[in-house]
Amino acid sequence: MLLFLIAAGLTTIFGVMGILNFAHGSLYMLGAYLSYSLVIQGKLNFWLALAIAPLIVALVGGILEILFLRRIYKQDVSFQLLLTFAFVLIINDSVRLFWGSAPLTTSLPPLLQTSMVILKRTYPIYNLFIIVIAFLIGIGLWLFLTRTRWGKILRAASQERTIAGALGINVPRLFTGVFMLSAWLGGVAGVLAAPLRTLSPELADRVIIESFLVAVIGGLGSLPGSLVGALAIGQINSFGILIAPTAQVAFPYMLMAITLLFRPQGLFNRE
Amino acid sequence: MFDRLHWIIITISIAGLFLLPVILAPFDLLLLTEILLMGLFALSFNLLFGYTGLLSFGHAAYFATGAYVCGYLVKHSVPFFLAILAGVIAALVLAAGLGYLSVRLDRIYFAMLTLAFSMMVYTIIFQWRDVTGGSDGITGIFATDLGIPGISIKLQGFSAYYYLTLILVAIAIYLLWRITHSPFGELLQASRENYQRLLFLGIDVRQLRWIAFILAGGFAGLAGALWSPFQRVANPEIAHWTFSATPVLMTVLGGYGRFAGPLVGATLFIGLEHWLQSNQRYFWQWLASLPLFPDTLVERQLNLWHLFLGLLLIPLILSFQGGLLASIEKIGKYFFPQRSQS
Repeated sequence: MLLFLIAAGLTTIFGVMGILNFAHGSLYMLGAYLSYSLVIQGKLNFWLALAIAPLIVALVGGILEILFLRRIYKQDVSFQLLLTFAFVLIINDSVRLFWGSAPLTTSLPPLLQTSMVILKRTYPIYNLFIIVIAFLIGIGLWLFLTRTRWGKILRAASQERTIAGALGINVPRLFTGVFMLSAWLGGVAGVLAAPLRTLSPELADRVIIESFLVAVIGGLGSLPGSLVGALAIGQINSFGILIAPTAQVAFPYMLMAITLLFRPQGLFNRE
Repeated sequence: MFDRLHWIIITISIAGLFLLPVILAPFDLLLLTEILLMGLFALSFNLLFGYTGLLSFGHAAYFATGAYVCGYLVKHSVPFFLAILAGVIAALVLAAGLGYLSVRLDRIYFAMLTLAFSMMVYTIIFQWRDVTGGSDGITGIFATDLGIPGISIKLQGFSAYYYLTLILVAIAIYLLWRITHSPFGELLQASRENYQRLLFLGIDVRQLRWIAFILAGGFAGLAGALWSPFQRVANPEIAHWTFSATPVLMTVLGGYGRFAGPLVGATLFIGLEHWLQSNQRYFWQWLASLPLFPDTLVERQLNLWHLFLGLLLIPLILSFQGGLLASIEKIGKYFFPQRSQS
């Protein structure tokens, strides 16, 4: 479900702005590291970190969008991809600069340290908590995009940028907002992941590929698609280990390649 | 195609490259070999990106194939020149297979598909421990003799390997130049500019791109085949997607719109990287002397090469001058306005 949250941010940007954001994994990592600083070094509690860190990440995303990305919307997608890759280099090295390259760990909030028995199996309550949060955010995002006035404006702008602009919508500001929303999603995923994973600067490289897999399999730009993609990757990973332990690592890539070849638009996009 | 100025530059640089081992220290020679190999890698990538307009994010797969096949064969006492040949052929075959599928897509989907394929190659290399050595890679790859029957060409010392690299890379660059300036190269550029119009003219664009993909893979394979005996090791890192990004960055740095752009980019990339590694302690000392600068940051003395690279790339990407080479040309034109664009 964490993967879903990350991929949801990635897919939202692509759906609205047509940009594949390489830096999304780095924003996620930034969220995780910020929560480390707030919880361990700042002695704040986890809930405050969950509120603050994603906002900072969103702010960083907003600044990147306004200063740089905004200038090249008219250019070929390859250049947007490259620009976000330059962000990756800068953010990842900045993280190493400020937090060092040694692995760090944070702790779980006391409220969520217990586990729970469902159907005679024990689950750590924190994992369930993540599932619930991711689900709620996913539903919220979906409702926002399909049911509200703002969602309607967004979808209009993504389909016809020029006409939406002519109708009096401030498209650049809208895109900044979307980019910040997506960065915020990445930040939330980062904070949630921080207690589960060891933080190291390699986090971003690994996560961005996983979320590409999820987003591409589900269909770039499709929110339900990224949910299905995340579930598919999760299942493939766990069943793959049972069937063919050594080949398992290659399975997700195969699935991605097959999806791209037969349905480049992904499983969930029409046309 | 070639005017006099070009000839002069090319002659001087080739003569210079042949004479350099006399004056350079061994370490600089290693650096130069690295530049040549990465330059060839970046040039092969640019055949797809600059000329055909396809952004491959999985070009490392072919480089790594060349490196592993050649390294494995050298390790098992196959004559070196045969091992190089086998590396190139393996890369060509792989590029033919994966390229056949990849060129069905374009734009962002092409980038994603090549990325997926290269990560499949990476996992195979990582998992196939018996042959590839898994995460350790193949170590101790020593090529002492070129191994052509009848003639003994010893490859001991840095300069011998440098000359071998120089000659092979020069031949490869010449071939690439001929390819890009042939009618086939023109067609590739046309397919980048207007895909549909070419289709209307009755040209099989997909096949065109497939051939370009195979060629690019083969040249990357040659760069890889020379890489592993040079580094004495073939490790899975060179198949990872982050390594695929290297030629992309070099090409953007030097300029994708000019034939020599990737070469200039590779020189700049490797040169800057090493310069920064050896000089950044001065930068840290300067930072430490500033008031209010936190000492804990200075103590780490990290290698911030990527940070600088990113900061350098952003204005280059935003300006669309086509990288550094085009900028220099523009300055040159300012001073010599009578020279027409060739």
